[in-house]
Amino acid sequence: MQSAIECVGVHKYFGPVHANCDIHLNVAAGSIHGIVGENGAGKSTLMSILYGYYEASAGTLRIKGQAVKIASPADAIRLGIGMVHQHFMLIETFSVLENILLGSEGGPLLAPGRTAMRAKLTEFADRYGLAVDPDARIADLGVGMRQRVEILKALMRGANILILDEPTAVLTPDEADSLFIMLRRLRDEGKTILMITHKLREIIELTDHVSVMRRGRMVGHFTTAQTNMDELAKAMVGRPIALDRHKPPCKAGRVILDVRDLVVRNAQGKTCVDHVSFQLREGEIIGLAGVAGNGQSEVLQALAGMCDIETGTINLDGQELDLNHMDPRRMRAKGLMHVPEDRHHHGLVMNFDAYESAILGFHRDAMYGRGLLDRSAMRSALAQDMEAYDIRPRNPQLRTRNFSGGNQQKIVLSREIEREPKVLLIGQPTRGVDVGAIEFIHNRLLHLREEGKAILLVSVELDEIIALSDRILVMCDGRIIGERTGLQTDIQDLGLLMGGVNERVA
Amino acid sequence: MRRSLPIWADVALIPLINVVAAFLISGLVVLAIGESPIEALRLMIMGSLGSPEGLAFTLYYSTNFIFTGLSVALAYRAGLFNIGAEGQAYLGGLGAALVCLALPDWPAFLLLPLAIIGAGLFGAFWAMIPGWLLARRGSHIVITTIMFNWIATSLMSYLLVNVLRAPGSMQPETRGFSASAHLPNLDGMLTGLGLKISNSPLNISFLFALIAALYVWLVIWHTRLGYEIRTLGANPGAADYAGVPTAKIIVITMGLSGLMAGGLALNEVLGAQHRLLLDFTSGYGFVGIAVALMGRAHPFGVVCAALLFGILYQGGSELAFDQPKITRDMIVVIQGLVVLFAGALEGLWRRPLLALFNLVSPHQPQTETER
Amino acid sequence: MEMGSALIILESGLRLAIPLLCACLAGLWSERAGIIDIGLEGKMLAAAFAGAALAHFTGSAWLGLIGALLASLALALLHGFATIHRSGNQIVSGMAINMIAAGLTALIGAAWFGQGGRTPSLQGPARFEPIWLGMDALTLLALLSVPISWFALYQTRFGLRLRAAGENPSALETAGVGVAMIRYCGVMICGVLCGLGGAYLAIAQAAGFLPQMTAGKGFIALAALVFAKWRPLPSLLTCMLFGLLDATSIRLQGVSLPGLGQIPVQAIQALPYVLTVILLAGFVGRAIPPAAAGLPYVKEN
Repeated sequence: MQSAIECVGVHKYFGPVHANCDIHLNVAAGSIHGIVGENGAGKSTLMSILYGYYEASAGTLRIKGQAVKIASPADAIRLGIGMVHQHFMLIETFSVLENILLGSEGGPLLAPGRTAMRAKLTEFADRYGLAVDPDARIADLGVGMRQRVEILKALMRGANILILDEPTAVLTPDEADSLFIMLRRLRDEGKTILMITHKLREIIELTDHVSVMRRGRMVGHFTTAQTNMDELAKAMVGRPIALDRHKPPCKAGRVILDVRDLVVRNAQGKTCVDHVSFQLREGEIIGLAGVAGNGQSEVLQALAGMCDIETGTINLDGQELDLNHMDPRRMRAKGLMHVPEDRHHHGLVMNFDAYESAILGFHRDAMYGRGLLDRSAMRSALAQDMEAYDIRPRNPQLRTRNFSGGNQQKIVLSREIEREPKVLLIGQPTRGVDVGAIEFIHNRLLHLREEGKAILLVSVELDEIIALSDRILVMCDGRIIGERTGLQTDIQDLGLLMGGVNERVA
Repeated sequence: MRRSLPIWADVALIPLINVVAAFLISGLVVLAIGESPIEALRLMIMGSLGSPEGLAFTLYYSTNFIFTGLSVALAYRAGLFNIGAEGQAYLGGLGAALVCLALPDWPAFLLLPLAIIGAGLFGAFWAMIPGWLLARRGSHIVITTIMFNWIATSLMSYLLVNVLRAPGSMQPETRGFSASAHLPNLDGMLTGLGLKISNSPLNISFLFALIAALYVWLVIWHTRLGYEIRTLGANPGAADYAGVPTAKIIVITMGLSGLMAGGLALNEVLGAQHRLLLDFTSGYGFVGIAVALMGRAHPFGVVCAALLFGILYQGGSELAFDQPKITRDMIVVIQGLVVLFAGALEGLWRRPLLALFNLVSPHQPQTETER
Repeated sequence: MEMGSALIILESGLRLAIPLLCACLAGLWSERAGIIDIGLEGKMLAAAFAGAALAHFTGSAWLGLIGALLASLALALLHGFATIHRSGNQIVSGMAINMIAAGLTALIGAAWFGQGGRTPSLQGPARFEPIWLGMDALTLLALLSVPISWFALYQTRFGLRLRAAGENPSALETAGVGVAMIRYCGVMICGVLCGLGGAYLAIAQAAGFLPQMTAGKGFIALAALVFAKWRPLPSLLTCMLFGLLDATSIRLQGVSLPGLGQIPVQAIQALPYVLTVILLAGFVGRAIPPAAAGLPYVKEN
């Protein structure tokens, strides 16, 4: 069979980071090919290389057997490659027709192109079941419809190869089903489809072939009919991890945080946390697992007082909270501390000196001076923490941005943990952190648990979730779709659950 | 390899290069007019620093620029671009004048503090409206502050022509204030220091301006309010995370910013002119933008930049007097070039300079990241 | 008011509206491409000076117009370089251009002509005279720019791409079109239109250049742009309205209106600004600027 896309020994470096390492990939023409892998496995980088956003540092790309150079999206389009981005590249104020015309107007004046495009749209609507109203404004369309416009955009530019990045991440199950029908039809018409996803169920259901990526490398190629979800999940996460962290048995005490029927909507009005309930006990770590973007972050932010809560009740240490007056400062005062998922955008101010970042959120505390801020008190407080947490270099007056990721994270951790929290919310505790610091952070969290503190952990690293958590709640689509204890489960099991495999069952 | 410039290069060398670039281009303009740039520079420096009178005038102009520079810098720290210092200063003048006109018989020790408060409050008020509109309604603060400048112009010209004009006068200005409303002149003090001066407009506002700079420095770097202002400006997400009441901080910061702009009225209305004149702000509010950008939005930098612009204004006047072909508009050109280089093209010199440093001493001191 | 004075107001309203219209369309082209321009005022001023000076030296209004266009274009390109090429702050750059233009025109004017910055009075063919229905060539050009802008913006490939650059530059890039080039085009059209407005001020409406003769028109144009919600035809209506307001305020000086008493002329002058603030605050309707205006577009990688 002829191959539509071939990658031979492709490498991509970002500075010292080796995002793609010796990638070999062969996508057969007229097939649906899936690429799976965990967050950060390098899938998106590879797609960006194929669409000309990035240039590969080394290696060869072949399209239909011809070696090519793809230096810009324009090159990719010329080669018949179309991309459907996870975050749609649509212009909200434009009509469907205008969005589709953009870049392939067919001449300096729009009128002839418009007429031609309308006719073509009608034709495609019949052929692929891709009906849209050409005059509707994008802003008025739902997500499924917008995605359809994205696909049409690519097809109208003559794409024979369609790359889809997490196409179902934003879709309801019904919308996903009709997307699949559409994609199969496109394949039967001879188009080649390359799809990135986390969801194993979709891979099995839809693809002909599947390639698995892990930590920047291709670790396996499978024919879908001859594999199964267990095998793929194992390939995705690699070695069955030796998780012999000697974790003392859980001595869970009384319930300290009781969340019932929490509902949160995002800025676009989509329900991203859908009736989530759980009880967190003293001396317990609960892990919230899930593919990024399934509502875990919003649970964390809602509990920290950073976003509005639609409905639900939250009971902290026997006291019901007034959901209309949630505010991070108030939550801190009640003993609920928060290590945010993203230290760059939330947890630290990169342009501040480290000792200033180290009081963020607690800057009103009397310990930093009565009237004016007492800078020497601030400095010595951080100097102490720097010893305890081995933060290097030991210089409280260094700019925050000049610390490495691990040391930045330790600044946040020491700030939140050393306040004797009743509940600690912690997101992605080891993202972008070096190996030594990971060890330290994990031990610190387990130690905290020994002291009887309650911890709610959100992480996309499954081994981290399993290593630390006493109970694991798996979220998918804003809902909790399963619960495991840390002893019961393994990565394959969680991977399947996160992939929404029993989402219909739950 | 160095990845960042040493601090001294960042805070001193780059502003210096910006000024030099602005002067070089202005020098070309002078050359094009057919005069000697060297001679022009000499005249400017002599005119501004070469005599006690010149020096006094220089400091008098600097006073204005410290106030408006602080106004812009303060808002800038919160990530707000306040282009409205001109209008806020204008309103500040109104506040001072209303107090002085209403209470002409009050003694100085009561009247002056009240007039100063009036100036500050009116300036603050005029800045807080755009602040509120941003915080509550999401209006773009640049556009609203521009609009408020023009509204202030119309309002003041109405008041000065129709309401506040001195009876029997054709000039759009108020009557002169009573002597108790005059801020003390500093001529005497400078004479005491050995500089014989008479009739300069330099007054005690200069000291107030320095105190204001100190105050802004204290607020920004040593109070919790300042901490929240800087957090909001440097990383709005972190402000959210920390529970900083964003809307409130925006309004308060704009209020303080307008308060500083109102300080201009101390120097001009209470210190020098002793009446409210049409357009007494003469664009000093806009100079504040150049001053703040050049001073890196730091009070100490603002004072330094304000002194430079004081030299520029006084030297420029003297220059225009000696060489009529080079009018005072030269100052505005230099000012624009400073805004261009220190603001819009900020970073233009950074990369070449970094390459230069790497050529000379590639070693990066301890401050660096591990990878 | 009787017919005659109504006509006079209408006529002077049109005259006052023309420079506003040019600047407003200029701002429209720039902001639609994603570049905020508060330097309209400065560009018009530079154009007015260059136009008047060249018309004076050559005795030709048309050569004056070319000078005006070139001066304005040069500043527009400076703005483009700072904001597109260097990703500099668009507001600061516009501010700098206003200052440089205000200073340079007055300085050079004074040095060259020695009349306090004024150019000598232009006469005969050095000025644009009415050629049709009492309108001069520049007025006609300005009025023509409205349908041309509308057509170019909504009916051509270029316009579609330019609007995309102002709304979502990444989408344009993924469609295989370079954003920087398109934005430069928008900024240059802005320069040309500001040049037209400046030329009108100095060699059609007036007979020469006066220092600061734009007197805030570049800022009223910004207000008009908000009012017109970044659309060409409403721009024309808004600028006509603002021009008429201006004309009325001059006529109304000292006149007492029945039921209202005397309306201060300053109140009418401030009206465009006040209305714009109200509109921006969303108290009546909502003016939504192009989504990516003001944001530098930095390509990944």
